[in-house]
Amino acid sequence: MTREAPGAVSLGGVCPAPSTQYDRVQLGHGSGGKLSSRLVREHFLPRLGNAYLERLCDGAVVPVSSAEIVLSTDSFVVDPLEFPGGNIGHLAVHGTVNDVAMMGAEPMWLTAGFILEEGLEFDVLDRVIDAMAEAAGRAGVHIVAGDTKVVDHGKGDGMFINTTGVGRVYADFRPRPEAVRPGDAVLVSGPLGRHGMAIMAVREGFRFDSTIRSDTADLSPVVAALLRQVGSAVHAMRDATRGGVASALNEIAASAGVGVTLEQASIPVPPDVMAACELLGLDPMYVANEGVMVLFVEPAAAETVLAVLRSHPVGAGAQRIGTVAGAPPGMVVMRTGLGGTRVVDTLPGDQLPRIC
Amino acid sequence: MKYLSEYRDPDLARALVGRIRAEATRRWTLMEVCGGQTHTIVKQGIDEVLGGVVEMIHGPGCPVCVTPLVQIDRALHLAARPDVIFTSFGDMLRVPGSECDLLQVKARGGQVRIVYSPLDALEIARSNPDKEVVFFAVGFETTAPANAAAVWRARQLGVENFSVLVSHVTVPPAMTAVLESSDNRVQGFLAAGHVCTIMGWSEYEPLARRYRVPIVVTGFEPLDILEGIWMAVRQLESGRYEVENQYVRAVRREGNVPARTVVEEVFEVVDRGWRGIGVIPSSGLGLRPEFAKWDAERKFDLGGIEALEADECRAGDVLRGRIKPVECAAFGVGCTPESPLGAPMVSSEGACAAYYNFGRFRAASAAGGP
Repeated sequence: MTREAPGAVSLGGVCPAPSTQYDRVQLGHGSGGKLSSRLVREHFLPRLGNAYLERLCDGAVVPVSSAEIVLSTDSFVVDPLEFPGGNIGHLAVHGTVNDVAMMGAEPMWLTAGFILEEGLEFDVLDRVIDAMAEAAGRAGVHIVAGDTKVVDHGKGDGMFINTTGVGRVYADFRPRPEAVRPGDAVLVSGPLGRHGMAIMAVREGFRFDSTIRSDTADLSPVVAALLRQVGSAVHAMRDATRGGVASALNEIAASAGVGVTLEQASIPVPPDVMAACELLGLDPMYVANEGVMVLFVEPAAAETVLAVLRSHPVGAGAQRIGTVAGAPPGMVVMRTGLGGTRVVDTLPGDQLPRIC
Repeated sequence: MKYLSEYRDPDLARALVGRIRAEATRRWTLMEVCGGQTHTIVKQGIDEVLGGVVEMIHGPGCPVCVTPLVQIDRALHLAARPDVIFTSFGDMLRVPGSECDLLQVKARGGQVRIVYSPLDALEIARSNPDKEVVFFAVGFETTAPANAAAVWRARQLGVENFSVLVSHVTVPPAMTAVLESSDNRVQGFLAAGHVCTIMGWSEYEPLARRYRVPIVVTGFEPLDILEGIWMAVRQLESGRYEVENQYVRAVRREGNVPARTVVEEVFEVVDRGWRGIGVIPSSGLGLRPEFAKWDAERKFDLGGIEALEADECRAGDVLRGRIKPVECAAFGVGCTPESPLGAPMVSSEGACAAYYNFGRFRAASAAGGP
């Protein structure tokens, strides 16, 4: 299988004869015709190919030994497509793998749907698929089915990806908000705000010099280790993506009908993230992460859970940040360094930068 | 972290709280003028730790909150035009106009972009010569120099597809309006540190003398605010009414002279409407006639747009310190950050939103609620 060199065709100011050499995605790549077939055979299969995918059927037949499976789906839209620390391909694998893992399951298979914008450079697409192959390989999941569509130039931000994940439910490990109890320790697996601020730093109109890299990472090995070492002491888990740690905590507090009290001094925020947030008038509690989860665990097991988390690179910065209180139900409250309190509510929409 | 963590040290903060409590022989009522200070006070729970000794009234210094409805409606009208790219600071986007907000105009296809600097808006104009680029020039004296500089630079570069929709206001007339009101309870002010970075503090000296109120130029970090409160309380306890400067690392008496110069060259003092309060004479800035080419109000003929503010919103009383946000009947019921009636519920600097977001728990506890 060969790949065209990028830029192999020069238009040279005249209308060329129909060509099949492209360095960018054309509308025809979504036609269902030969170009579509080449898109799959030349770009996707060499990178993602496996016994399931290479059959190129309407779907994949996979063996399921467990009585229960987890299904989860997520769509990925990010501007820019490539950013410090990763690209949309990493997010598309990690995001769904993490969602499956948070449900107490071992991620096994993924499907991937791609909406490509006419004009997308194949170099970019290839780097994204490479990232997906790398991330899936490390996570031990196969991408077993996929789809590609192409939309007119101007109707998509380069590309959108949807992935659906299937995972085998671990026996005797069922983390869920209903299991949360007053007194539970509230932990985070790592420092806050790196993904969101890495994106902000390179986004058109906001560019600033920064060393911040996205934290995009697969959390499933840590979850597997927690199952082995502490099992049901983990009452609930959630990856703190959009809306940040504040939103993840609010969701669990609301579902569980408990209050959460946080200690401001113990919230881990890297100095470069803090500085960027101060500069832009943003609160790191609401900034997106792509490799951080919040955990609600039995108080007696909190130290063991922290030790397990810290023994993995993605959990090296794990901290206890608070405690579950009985009241006020559904509310997350932070104790400030001064001894005051404030509510850490869910935002009505995107966090808007403050004026001054 | 340099310039941040030093001013948030919890031990020093508790020591300052102790000093304020030791100094005060009675309960004093102070107003922090600036929305940024309100944000810190409520977010850090400073009003809570000083309860019983100092009552903080949140002043009219949130630029988002005081921008009049008619200017928001004009912004919405411009943003909806297909030939316009409308640029704004982020938190203006959710301020409700008569019918919708800028985010909704954007969703309907209007080109609305968040910028951090008016000079970025000017760059957008230069790279989109076939579009009219309008910047929403709101704010107090703090944002005025950059806005003035953008207009000045547009003239220098001959960029004619750039204009500003001006709604600039100034602090001293608002403080005078508070002090002149018959039911005023404010006994001392924390003046807005960043405004004074530009303007200095000489214009506050006649106010302190005339109304016999201490005015302390104060910064925005927790230790700044606590030290400012402590300085104001010391003045009140000793019967002094002077202008003092807590924010010595940023503010000089004469302010920032080059910044003031560009403001004076581009802007002139005008009467300005304040949302919820009404027109305050000589309380705002407008473009001088020689910069009319860059004035969106003249360029686009916006005179026909009028607006009527909602009756049930008591933003004006909140902004003047007459009531606390929780004393408004609509607070948290008909008016929430998801569907705000008035601007103080929109901006995170707004007193109502600050109460709702950061203080709801305390309000619920005090009322014996959940």
